[in-house]
Amino acid sequence: MSTRVDVRKTYKLYIGGKFPRSESGRSYEVTAAPTGRRSTPRFLANAAQGSRKDARDAVVAARKAQPGWAGATAYNRGQVLYRVAEVMEGRRAQLVQDVRDAEGLTAARAEGVVSAAIDRWVWYAGWSDKYPQVLGGLNPVAGPYFDISAPEPTGVVAVLAPQASSLLGLVSVVAPVVVSGNTCVVVASQDRPLPAIDLAECLATSDVPGGVVNVVTGRTAEIAPWLASHRDVNAIDLTGAADADGVDWADLEIAAADNLKRVLRPGGTGAEAVEPDFAPVPDLSRLSAFLETKTVWHPKGR
Amino acid sequence: MTGPRQRPYTRRVSTATDVDVTARARDLLGVSRLTNSALTGWLHGLPGVDQVGCEARAAGLSTRSIKTSSKAWAIDLAISMIDLTTLEGADTPGKVRGLATRALVPDPTAPDTPSPAAVCVYGDMVGIAKETLGDSGVKVAAVATAFPSGRASRAVKLADTRDAVAAGADEIDMVIDRGAFLAGDYLSVFREIAETKEACGDARLKVIMETGELVTYDNVRRASWLSMLAGGDFVKTSTGKISPAATLPVTLTMLEAVRDWHDLTGEQVGVKPAGGIRTSKDAIRYLVTVHEIAGEAWLDNHWFRFGASSLLNDLVLQRQRMATGAYSGADYVADDAPSAY
Repeated sequence: MSTRVDVRKTYKLYIGGKFPRSESGRSYEVTAAPTGRRSTPRFLANAAQGSRKDARDAVVAARKAQPGWAGATAYNRGQVLYRVAEVMEGRRAQLVQDVRDAEGLTAARAEGVVSAAIDRWVWYAGWSDKYPQVLGGLNPVAGPYFDISAPEPTGVVAVLAPQASSLLGLVSVVAPVVVSGNTCVVVASQDRPLPAIDLAECLATSDVPGGVVNVVTGRTAEIAPWLASHRDVNAIDLTGAADADGVDWADLEIAAADNLKRVLRPGGTGAEAVEPDFAPVPDLSRLSAFLETKTVWHPKGR
Repeated sequence: MTGPRQRPYTRRVSTATDVDVTARARDLLGVSRLTNSALTGWLHGLPGVDQVGCEARAAGLSTRSIKTSSKAWAIDLAISMIDLTTLEGADTPGKVRGLATRALVPDPTAPDTPSPAAVCVYGDMVGIAKETLGDSGVKVAAVATAFPSGRASRAVKLADTRDAVAAGADEIDMVIDRGAFLAGDYLSVFREIAETKEACGDARLKVIMETGELVTYDNVRRASWLSMLAGGDFVKTSTGKISPAATLPVTLTMLEAVRDWHDLTGEQVGVKPAGGIRTSKDAIRYLVTVHEIAGEAWLDNHWFRFGASSLLNDLVLQRQRMATGAYSGADYVADDAPSAY
């Protein structure tokens, strides 16, 4: 009788469309969320423990990809993001299993979360050619001018992904950033990074250009300060700073002020920062947080 | 590595300029008349380069980790070794002035940043670069001898050189006639270098091998020895117009050649890799190689240069990173390729 050798997946980073190991060579143990009866945590996998240099490489990749992604037509970006939802649907079983393990949910709840995450991509994909009409437009001015405001992407956005909601939360913070033409460096949930790597695999196989979304797994407290102070990062989403070990989001905001980054604070106030509930259908606030407004004055002739 | 197998040479000489290179070459080769066959015998008598060993050595030297204060020192040294280069058909006086200004003030936010060694331009732009640089100490290097192909008559090449020197060039970057070299006409290459050196007057002569066209490391070694024999002050890898341009193994081969030449004649010759060196990490790898192969005497911008343009920005970014503790970005350095309009 032949016994088959297990083929286990190596969970790596996702940088510039490739899946490299951490340059530091480190990895860390990821365990399943406790589900009650077990006393010892169940081992899931070794994930790459990204370093500041991985984050730096990811910023370089994101910067390189940004003009091309922002230059694609809104229609095209919408199509590409819809494709992500299609690919996720095809990998549903894997996503459900990883969300179950990560968040300790029942099968039915995990199915629901994955469905919501896929629907969230579709929801944001649909906005790609519509938000400029909602957030921009013709301004009435007291003079013979057309005065037009148009939203434009901010550039490279660092995203601290939510610590608890490992897939739905992740999609809910990444999709609004990239739909407008930003590129991003995502620091995945520290203790629940595997769904983020699953998502990276979906992105890698769905026409999203390499470098548009980069995923670094590891210790949030180690990586986040370098992204917050990085001068080639134009904005930072601090959602995942809530409930992260050893992270004070106010420090990150101070570091981010050095190059006038746009900062999206975590939910709640002050030290009471909490992770928002990602289940309800969102509004445009996350999308509009990472936009700049370009206003053009044009003489009105006869 | 050893020198040529011919008769040992004992006379010590200071610089190539004070000696008749042909007489010295005869002396070195141990012949009464410098012929192509004598040169061929001598150059082909050089030991062959072990390709695998050379590449492994270069790869090994690339893995050295240079940190903190050593890195800061290396970054400043590398900046001071740059020949800040623009060699485009579309070079405008404005672009050359911009580049020269950049050489004077590489980073306006950090006035203590050292200046690059030289600005490298086409011969007709020397005057414009000189106007801006004045007596700042930043030199003007001009490419000459029908750069980059080197396909012109000897008279035209020499006129090209004299023209650049007359315009005030401190250094001349010449290209060798690769066609003649590959055809085995070493004497013609020798004469051309020697005559160009004469046309240079006080200007230092860098001899570009265009190693991407020479194909083998053996050829790189032979071309380096031939250039030094003919009186070149620098051996330079590439024009930057051909790929592959400078690589670490090629530079390593050249560094071995200048080291052995120094052992043989007592005369020091510089090395300049050019083209394709874009990051601080690359530059530091080269510096490690210089130190390990040629020695500390070459860790000076009189003896080692980088032919580069975008390298300066990356070094400045690294410098800012070390000064501020935060990663810097392209918004904080001068635009590498400003629009011509």
